[in-house]
Amino acid sequence: MRKLTNDQEVVQAAGANIGELIDDLEKAFPGIKERLCDQDGNVRRFVNIFINDEDIRFMEDKATAVKAGDEVSIVPAIAGG
Amino acid sequence: MDKNLSPYFTHLKCRECGRKYPKEAVHVCDFDFGPLEATYDYDAVRATLTRKVIEARPESMWRYRELLPIDGEPTVGTQVGFTPLVKADRLAQRLGVRELYIKNDTVNYPTLSFKDRVVSVALSRAREMGFKVVACASTGNLANSVAANAASAGLKSYVLIPADLEQGKVLGSLVYGTNVIGIHGAYDQVNRLCSEIAGKYGWGFVNVNLRPYYAEGSKSMGFEIAEQLGWKLPCHTVVPMASGSLLTKISKSYKEFQLLGLIDANQRYAIHGAQAAGCAPISGAFKRGTDIVKPVQKPDTIAKSLAIGTPADGYYAIHAMRLTGGAAEDCTDEEIVEGIRLLAESEGIFAETAGGVTVACARKLIETGKISADESTVLCITGNGLKTQEAIIGKCGEPRLIKPSLREFEELIAREVTAEAAA
Repeated sequence: MRKLTNDQEVVQAAGANIGELIDDLEKAFPGIKERLCDQDGNVRRFVNIFINDEDIRFMEDKATAVKAGDEVSIVPAIAGG
Repeated sequence: MDKNLSPYFTHLKCRECGRKYPKEAVHVCDFDFGPLEATYDYDAVRATLTRKVIEARPESMWRYRELLPIDGEPTVGTQVGFTPLVKADRLAQRLGVRELYIKNDTVNYPTLSFKDRVVSVALSRAREMGFKVVACASTGNLANSVAANAASAGLKSYVLIPADLEQGKVLGSLVYGTNVIGIHGAYDQVNRLCSEIAGKYGWGFVNVNLRPYYAEGSKSMGFEIAEQLGWKLPCHTVVPMASGSLLTKISKSYKEFQLLGLIDANQRYAIHGAQAAGCAPISGAFKRGTDIVKPVQKPDTIAKSLAIGTPADGYYAIHAMRLTGGAAEDCTDEEIVEGIRLLAESEGIFAETAGGVTVACARKLIETGKISADESTVLCITGNGLKTQEAIIGKCGEPRLIKPSLREFEELIAREVTAEAAA
């Protein structure tokens, strides 16, 4: 994922919700949005987004609200057992 | 061409967009983060792999080596697999079907679960790639297998598990000298942590950066079923689902054998998935008629081995079931225990909770007509009951206690004979 952000592990972004956050990231790192979202603008099947350690799929997906100081992690999905 | 490279296993490929990747320790597509899957030159395999060739090889999962993703000879887990396919006439009668088999991985070598199959591939490949430390995120069986196989291969290992797993599974990792890290959280949180660790350390996480290799090992269960049935497929296969990976790989194994002409390409078959009601994200989505799997935030079931709330192969498992005309089912904790006992009492096979789930869900699939009574069925029983004893404590009766006296014994037997006659 860091290739998308010039190898930076942590970046800053702003937005009222996850969807807006991704649009903001797109301004700083053009091309990142189409990697994270499909044509309908929904987060891709294999992208996990956590806001303060909570999975947004347990919340409101891309409509999940974001506030200043929140820590958002974008991690590829994996599983096993 | 490097003569040490397999001419059969050619590259990795994204399951979402199809982009190709080299045979390295990568597991995720750069473009859309889709999972990468091992891909083969089936024409080359077809030229080499015939029934006769397979039948002449030792009885292990590696008799199908052209279809497993390593370059050289396997160096870890060379004796894994080729577990018994048991014809289960007494269980068949109890369930009201004509022809039933148990694929019995409760006795898989060396750690008594199907995970030895995936670990054998992953660690053989890890060795080829030069990894010195291997690791995994696990609900129990995978940790046992990584710990044991790493020990036998002289590899250092770390296994990360939820801290509240069954004692048998915890001890069954510790004893091998692995580094066990118990996380205060559910499996999904362990998983997420491991994906972050794998990005930072140079470790071979079998179900993270080595996942495309690891996952292919499950195909061997399907290959064996086909071969042991006499080079044909069962009409119905019931598979327990945690991440959904095993079900998708059994589906792939059947397709590959048909593609290679090893079995009849026209034979229809259905693959059904089984989950516990307390954590049934895949079954839930299937029953709602969708392929969008809503995660289960707090899995709550005695089937801890299947307690994955966010199954990454859920989407593919749903499609495999739909495409083959199969169905998903789930069952209560009570039904799981009944399933364990039924299998043990009718066939003498003691399965862990995931096995109880499979039997209980098979019963439901039969009762609802998804499995016809006169069509052949295989139940995939994936792990040994000694590892999840907590699930059945107090549920199988107790020993009758007497003093070492012949009189007391005879009185006991006489009482039981009378009770039996009255019943």
